[in-house]
Amino acid sequence: MSSHRLSTGGQIDRARSVKFTFDGKALTGHPGDTLASALLANGIQLVGRSFKYHRPRGILTAGAAEPNALVTTGTGGRTEANTRATMIELHDGLNARSQNRWPSLGFDIGAVNGLLSPFLSAGFYYKTFMWPAGFWEKVYEPLIRKAAGLGKASYEADPDSYEKCWAHCDLLVIGAGPSGLAAALTAGRAGARVLLADEGFAFGGTLLTDRDARLSAMLAELEALPNVQCLPRTTVIGWYDDNVFGAVERVQKHVAEPDPGQPVERLWRIIAKQAILASGAEERPLVFGGNDIPGVMMAGAMRSYLNRQAVAPGKRVAVFTTNNAGYRTAADLEAAGVDVAAIVDPRATNEPGWNGKAKVLTNACIVDALGGKSVSGVSIAGASGVQRFEADAVAMSGGWSPVIHLACHRGAKPVWSDTHAAFLAPERQEGLSLAGAAAGLWSTEACLSDGSRKAAEALQLLGFAKVEPAFAEADAAQPAATPFWFAKGSKGKAFVDYQNDVNLKDLGLAVREGYGDVELAKRYTTNGMATDQGKLSNINAIGILAEARGVSPADVGTTTFRPFYTPVSFGALTGASRGKHFQPVRKSPLHDWAKKNGATFVETGLWYRAAWFPRAGETTWRESVDREVLNIRKNAGICDVSTLGKIEIFGRDAATFLDRVYCNGFAKLPVGKARYGIMLREDGMIYDDGTTSRFSDDHFFMTTTTALAAGVLTHLEFCAQTLWPELEVHFASSTDQWAQMAVAGPKSRAILSEIVDEDISDAAFPFMSARTVSLFGGKLEGRLFRISFSGELAYELGVPAGYGESVADAIMQTGEKHGICAYGAEALGVMRIEKGHVTHAEINGTVTPGDLGFGRMVSTTKPDFIGKVMLAREGMQASDRPRLVGVKPLDPKASFRTGSHILSDGAAATLENDQGYVTSSCYSPNLGHTIGLALIKNGPERIGEKVMIWNGLRNEFTDGVICSPVFIDPENEKLHA
Amino acid sequence: MRYSALSVFLNGLRGNKGWAPAWRQPQPKPHYDVIIVGGGGHGLSTAYYLAKTFGITNVAVLEKGYLGSGNIGRNTTIIRSNYLLSGNNPFYELSMKLWEGLEQDFNFNAMVSQRGVLNLFHSDAQRDAYTRRGNAMRLHGVDAELLDRQAVREKLPFLDFDNARFPIMGGLLQPRGGTVRHDAVAWGYARGADSRGVDIITHCEVTGIRRENGRVVGVETTKGFIGCGKLALAAAGNSTVVADMAGLRLPIESHVLQAFVSEGLKPFIDCVVTFGAGHFYVSQSDKGGLVFGGDIDGYNSYAQRGNLATVEHVAEAGVAMIPSLTRVRYLRTWGGIMDMSMDGSPIIDRTPIDNLYLNACWCYGGFKATPASGYCYAHLIARNEPHETARQMRLDRFARGYQMDEKGVGAQPNLH
Amino acid sequence: MASLITCPHCGQRPKEEFTIKGDAGLARPAPDAGADVWYDYVYLRDNPKGLHKEYWHHSSGCRRWLIVERDTVTHKVHSVSDAALAKLGGAA
Repeated sequence: MSSHRLSTGGQIDRARSVKFTFDGKALTGHPGDTLASALLANGIQLVGRSFKYHRPRGILTAGAAEPNALVTTGTGGRTEANTRATMIELHDGLNARSQNRWPSLGFDIGAVNGLLSPFLSAGFYYKTFMWPAGFWEKVYEPLIRKAAGLGKASYEADPDSYEKCWAHCDLLVIGAGPSGLAAALTAGRAGARVLLADEGFAFGGTLLTDRDARLSAMLAELEALPNVQCLPRTTVIGWYDDNVFGAVERVQKHVAEPDPGQPVERLWRIIAKQAILASGAEERPLVFGGNDIPGVMMAGAMRSYLNRQAVAPGKRVAVFTTNNAGYRTAADLEAAGVDVAAIVDPRATNEPGWNGKAKVLTNACIVDALGGKSVSGVSIAGASGVQRFEADAVAMSGGWSPVIHLACHRGAKPVWSDTHAAFLAPERQEGLSLAGAAAGLWSTEACLSDGSRKAAEALQLLGFAKVEPAFAEADAAQPAATPFWFAKGSKGKAFVDYQNDVNLKDLGLAVREGYGDVELAKRYTTNGMATDQGKLSNINAIGILAEARGVSPADVGTTTFRPFYTPVSFGALTGASRGKHFQPVRKSPLHDWAKKNGATFVETGLWYRAAWFPRAGETTWRESVDREVLNIRKNAGICDVSTLGKIEIFGRDAATFLDRVYCNGFAKLPVGKARYGIMLREDGMIYDDGTTSRFSDDHFFMTTTTALAAGVLTHLEFCAQTLWPELEVHFASSTDQWAQMAVAGPKSRAILSEIVDEDISDAAFPFMSARTVSLFGGKLEGRLFRISFSGELAYELGVPAGYGESVADAIMQTGEKHGICAYGAEALGVMRIEKGHVTHAEINGTVTPGDLGFGRMVSTTKPDFIGKVMLAREGMQASDRPRLVGVKPLDPKASFRTGSHILSDGAAATLENDQGYVTSSCYSPNLGHTIGLALIKNGPERIGEKVMIWNGLRNEFTDGVICSPVFIDPENEKLHA
Repeated sequence: MRYSALSVFLNGLRGNKGWAPAWRQPQPKPHYDVIIVGGGGHGLSTAYYLAKTFGITNVAVLEKGYLGSGNIGRNTTIIRSNYLLSGNNPFYELSMKLWEGLEQDFNFNAMVSQRGVLNLFHSDAQRDAYTRRGNAMRLHGVDAELLDRQAVREKLPFLDFDNARFPIMGGLLQPRGGTVRHDAVAWGYARGADSRGVDIITHCEVTGIRRENGRVVGVETTKGFIGCGKLALAAAGNSTVVADMAGLRLPIESHVLQAFVSEGLKPFIDCVVTFGAGHFYVSQSDKGGLVFGGDIDGYNSYAQRGNLATVEHVAEAGVAMIPSLTRVRYLRTWGGIMDMSMDGSPIIDRTPIDNLYLNACWCYGGFKATPASGYCYAHLIARNEPHETARQMRLDRFARGYQMDEKGVGAQPNLH
Repeated sequence: MASLITCPHCGQRPKEEFTIKGDAGLARPAPDAGADVWYDYVYLRDNPKGLHKEYWHHSSGCRRWLIVERDTVTHKVHSVSDAALAKLGGAA
């Protein structure tokens, strides 16, 4: 209970209190608090447990790099695990729980791992848990899994919404500390479109901590500039090609009850002409024994809590620092009335200008912090040996690492700088420059100046004539930094990666075992793989590896900085594309017609297609489908086929073009006729099929399968534009413009005769006719095709989409006396299988025309068509390729399913004996048994052979016989009726 | 030093000071019987089986980066043998069998975890395709189960069964499929090969292939010329770059595939699940991170990084499958470079150059193949004839018209 | 890759509007060019590490096939032209 709120000061609204809970305990804070500062203000310093040893952990930082203070917030579908307490803006109703402890945060059984730590060194699990062989999955792994992980995610759906947006700007400024604010002011005054994003809820960065008097005026000016958009609570997460940045705005993560009209998070994709990375620098922890005990804190974080939220870390603080940051913290602590036990500085001389009360110990270091769940003192090793100091908190500062993640997302390699004792990114890359502390400048004045200058430079590149820097040039001279990688002689565990419990010894072991490469050390010890991605730990690990290997940090190098800068929710990346809105819905112009006729719909790609039309009393889909099929073959039926792809093809060379994209001939197709066409890929396999009709010399109309409507158009455009641009041919998709309905069955002509004005007798309109027709006594024009997928006398009628429903209604009404019924995709499927017609169940991308019995359709006279040459390859013509046949059960009462394989009668069930497989199957109500289409080796030569239809997956084994794939009307009498 | 619970205990008592390096860091010798280019999973496993099974130990593995820095270190750790075609299925089943005994074999715990791989289907056509595939698996004795909607619901009740745009109808489950700790596979093979005399030479980039009278005699490297009797390429991702040095043109485009890991969570999902109505698959690592991925970005690339749009597509598909993922966070995204082949299947074969061997074209499925790839490649190098399970994985299959196209999309690598 | 492509007809557009096919350096051989030449065309690729010309289709825009010259290492786009116009020798 040593951390506490000071009675005065801070940038909090003391007049208002905010109620929240932590592990069920009701607490209060103030607006301006983070969860972390509010916990500290309430004297709560133990907030979490570490990953492996379950060590008690407190609050280490005041920012995004926090590795320890991870909590779970929210309940139900709003449960959020692993949230950094340092980044949560305190709000009423906040419900936060500690993680990775059982039964409680104070008493955690898992802490026993700490006692076993000699045996749990880096990578120990690679060396054991191997015996007996079966025990890994049954015993060890479940235990490890249960112990591992951090917070618990919810299975409940999220009640809140997310959205995405695009933004364009002249200058994106990332980070609203001194450099970023200076850059935004400079660019804003010059009239540039500026986006200024900062992950915090308050702009200012170190100006807030410094209580810099200039800040409020700067913010007021930015607010007033109409060309500057400020995005607080917005983390820029990644830098992508063409200077596109991803950013996540936490729109409503700081409110008790989100407004349902607003998203909780918004993903921005920002196209920036220029960008400035002003992300500041991260303070480095120092590696000494017990450096993870609650109460040990980054010096800068301690100062931030002190000055921003008026929270003191304790009553007596030991400061361990390698640079002026510790002295600044000590000064502010003393000013706030907190004792500073000592300033411990490993350097030979103390920081110039220190005039505080605290004693400075130079050439000294803290070797151990003492205590369990809180700090009770420190052991300091110096010239006079090791001495113990009483303290209830420790501030540490090992220097600063520029935050260069984003600058390295596109391949730039960080370079070690001896004078900065840090890795720096290239200061200027195309479209992005670094400013201020991110570029290795440590003083506020230097940062203000650098931000101004970098913004002016960026705008000049964009052609802004005269840009005045908001802040004048400042002296950028700064003392060289002194790296200090670890304290020698620590008794306790000295942590490098806090969350993953990687300590000094683990890294030493990694080097000893040959995993000294920075990438291998990371992977072997897990250093840098925690939720903070090594923001605090990587630099120290590199220094420690360098010392162990006897090389410079420059030779060790860094691991790769990859997106995201901080973790990003699935929700933000998903935006509104959730649930029913995952993909757009396509509805045919006849959708409502089908719906009012009682259709059951099925998803087919993006489309909803009518599958069948149940009638009263029908209890299974099969009853409906059987009735539809029988009725069509006896009377007539109408089916929506609008989803088939439709492409208008125009141009002087359209016929020549079609001749080249289909493997069969089209050049001589007469006007007024349709033809079935097969389109190959250049590798000789069938790509798609469909009918193409000729309406005039230079106008064709192509239909494609539903699935490949877009693909075929793209293919045609590719051929026309890149292969044969000299041909005059043009395409327009008209899939959505036409409502197309198949009217099939022996009475289809009688029905359509009452609607179509022209004579459609067999003589006037024979099989494969295709013409524009007049309907309803000239009220409407449509396109009539005498084509048939069902094998019946059949027509397809296309009308402009808006008339579709009325025309279908009229056909239903006219057909009523002829016994017409609506039918769906299932009945269509049954009838095409009965007729032996193929779909993409057969055209699966691995079949040739010959495989499907279309060998003779392939032109031998055309000089060229897509796929011609490759189709001639040995393997494409091999006689034992699986080819299309029919299969039926030997016993008509027996059945089989699609996906069953075919074995020769009596052959053992092995892959070597596999003869082929059933591509399509259905119950044929006309034949009274199951029928199937199959691709079988040498199939057509094996008609009549008894086979095993093998479905081991379902333990169904059906004796069957190979037959012709045409089950109904092999003489095509119905078609030509 | 043999690894065991006892060795961990005894070393622990001695402050873990006694552990020896897992492998040597040798300087290259002037000449080796076999040089393997590529110190990733396939190169290291090839070296291991060459030494262990085929008795060829005068072998060097040359790696331009650190050990295991290729795709063995940047994949989603899934193993499965749920293949359709006769040219693939027995090979991947051999791999599965090798995974099953791997840890005891090379004395390194790679955490092989047969948690099951479930492929969801959302339409009759998908169900039929999985039925065909599952039966092909069964014919070869591979475990496969077809689950209906109810069975999937019992197993994974938190999938979207109620509000989905594409409702789940069922799934094809391979119970023996699962995950393996990927880096440990590289380390285990490296340690096993090293202990049998193989020289693993890292940070040694091959810059040229020297030929005399048509035959390969050695390689130019950043550590000088190294001679060899046989040269075996195992540099997937960079196969074209290396083969170019021998004047060999390949049926490959290099593409970037991204993968992702979430923050660590308590056990959330038990098995590997793939979505059938979008590009998304997910499993959970022993450490607690959800490991997931989607489709390749779709453009030629040698940069190990991807595009935000693909990341978003993966998230959308993930949330379509598991709605409650919205509050789970992506921790890290990365990219690997894939040899995308012209039919989506690999090549383990001799080349038109006598003593030059090729192991390439693993697309995004190389990790699961690591043991069998090494075993079959070692067989080919040692005996100069293909292993029976890899005999269709030929370089000339495209010229001859015998593609192995599981997806049936033809000669366009970015569709596989 | 590119996040943005500057279509010669539509201007700078996001990558998601385009569909990528692949190598634009390939010339479709004459039908009688022989099996080897055809094998080469259909199956073999230069797959360069560096500059690469490829076909991109502005499928959600003007539906023109473009030739995008792009670096496969840096992902920088160097030029975009209309494929048909380029082949016909006109101004792209």
